[in-house]
Amino acid sequence: MSAGVELDNVCCDFGTFRAVDHVNVNIQPGEFFSFLGPSGCGKTTILRMISGFTEPTEGAVRIGGKDMKGQRPNQRPTALIFQNLALFPLMPIWENIAFGLEVRGVDKAKRRARAEELLALVDLPNAADKMVSQLSGGQKQRVAIARALAVEPSVMLLDEPLSALDLKLRQHMRAELRAIQKRTGVTFIYITHDQGEALAMSDRVGVMSQGRLQQVAGPRDIYNNPVNGFVASFVGENNILPGSISARADGLAGFESAAGTFRARIADGVTAGKLYVRPEHTMLQALPGAENSVPVTLTEVAFEGNFVSVHAVTDKGVGMVAQLRNDVLTAVPETGAQMFMAFDARNALILPDSTNAGA
Amino acid sequence: MEDLLRRYGMGLSLTFVGLTAFWLLVLVILPDFKLLESSFRPYLPVLEVGGPKDVYSLNNYRQIFGNTVDFGNFGLHFMIGARVKVFVLTIVYSAFVAFVTFVLAYPLAYYLAKVVSPRSVPTLFLLLFVPLWVSEVLRSFAWYIILTLKGPLNMLLMSLGVISKEIRWIEGYSPVVITLVYTYVLFMVFPLYNAMQSLDSNQIEAAEDLGAPWWRIHWRVILPHAKPGIASGAVMVFMLSAGSLLVPAILGSTTGNWFTQTIQGIMLEGQDWNTGAAFAFMLLIVCTLAVSVAMWIFRVKLSDIAK
Repeated sequence: MSAGVELDNVCCDFGTFRAVDHVNVNIQPGEFFSFLGPSGCGKTTILRMISGFTEPTEGAVRIGGKDMKGQRPNQRPTALIFQNLALFPLMPIWENIAFGLEVRGVDKAKRRARAEELLALVDLPNAADKMVSQLSGGQKQRVAIARALAVEPSVMLLDEPLSALDLKLRQHMRAELRAIQKRTGVTFIYITHDQGEALAMSDRVGVMSQGRLQQVAGPRDIYNNPVNGFVASFVGENNILPGSISARADGLAGFESAAGTFRARIADGVTAGKLYVRPEHTMLQALPGAENSVPVTLTEVAFEGNFVSVHAVTDKGVGMVAQLRNDVLTAVPETGAQMFMAFDARNALILPDSTNAGA
Repeated sequence: MEDLLRRYGMGLSLTFVGLTAFWLLVLVILPDFKLLESSFRPYLPVLEVGGPKDVYSLNNYRQIFGNTVDFGNFGLHFMIGARVKVFVLTIVYSAFVAFVTFVLAYPLAYYLAKVVSPRSVPTLFLLLFVPLWVSEVLRSFAWYIILTLKGPLNMLLMSLGVISKEIRWIEGYSPVVITLVYTYVLFMVFPLYNAMQSLDSNQIEAAEDLGAPWWRIHWRVILPHAKPGIASGAVMVFMLSAGSLLVPAILGSTTGNWFTQTIQGIMLEGQDWNTGAAFAFMLLIVCTLAVSVAMWIFRVKLSDIAK
């Protein structure tokens, strides 16, 4: 019963402000797709266009191949889970879940039975007669999911539904959502600004900035092969070195920067950009290496439990960070020490600040 | 209290508390208590007050059923049960006024709270308030003029071809009901607006997203949420209407008497404060009972209304 969602050159303007700018993406039936981006990047507007609360200014939204133009939210095969869940506080849980069925004229006994079934599916038995206010955050979450599933949507739309939960519960619900998606086979479209959520749950992630879709790819590709500086720095941390590109060969290029000369991966067609290397790929060494090695002075050593974050500054004043695994066998370096930060050329990327990659 | 002392000092605090207590005790409770007391005593010539005939009884209250009292002035010749009829009609029509104001105010409040852009709400509120700048007396007379046989309303309806012959509006209770609705509709709009405004718009969207048509969204989501506001508005409009004297005095006809007019007749024209007080308390008690029953039927708590 799941359907694909196609955004065909979709734009959305609010007055003179373009919230969504020529977005093209084809979401497969049964896929778990996340739109990831900072607040105000247009991801919620995309969700509202798919659910029908907002009409695109240009372009078309197609669900299951059918153009949705002019279809109200109550006519679309989508179910939206709101950021604040928007459960009905004056109805008991089972009526909340069965609301969509009530609308469709299902009789009361069947509604009740279906609500109980769905409560079992979201692992929340015995809650049917409780009121919304009696449930915890995580339980409300499950009710919201059950309520959306009750109408047997082809596409589920989730607007940062986990943002109100605490860390432990959030991680648990991630796995739960993923499991429910697998069980039901419904297309999930998930909106979040939390890269961890997007990467952990999704089949594919679309990274957005300022209304534009920057990159659509699997979680690994998004993290390891970002197409531009925005994607690289929004998804995960980076040491960023400005400079200029010199000779290139075999997908690698030389890079002249104030901090020294480096070699890093480069994509075809990139002629200008900065060098990006992730803190966890940055090593801290006592002696200079053969290449990609920068002399630094350590400014701060922060112990964060599972890793140690070492902040340093090059003699040209560029700040860098290395993330070291916490390991009782190696000594934690001291602030003020003179050391070298190094990285493998294949772990560093030369990226343009922005690309106009649409799809 | 401590907060008050700390903020304003002893002198000002005592003045505040003293003035409030004076207003409450001397200007509200004491006169009411005096009226309540005198409602149980017979109406006697001044010389006999405090005499052997001046004993407590429910005779004044019983007079609502009888026709033994005949004032003979202003054409007030009551038949048996005539007052009871006026009394009941006053309650019934006041409830009807509350219902009509609800029907009118609901869409308006919904529009103000959920549809219109918040920036234009102050302007719209101002427009709603402007008529209140004119005295209630003038507004009631204006309705009298509007509703007269050769008045603007009939002219308009005739020129639009809606009616072919003038309607006699000022007859029975219709002019009173129309004008009371107009006078008190805002008392329904504001509590309703407040209640609806506190509804999370996402709930409306969630209901729509789940496939609900507009009327079901109203019935299942908006109306239940607005219930305390409806109750609060309805109580206010009902009580104000039942207690209104000015509007029925101006727009009432011989076939459309309000119970407050009866009380006024007894108290002012008849100079019988004892019976008037008894009737006034009966109106108060029955109105309070009616409100309580309505609240019980619609399962609204007093604390909901006070919100």
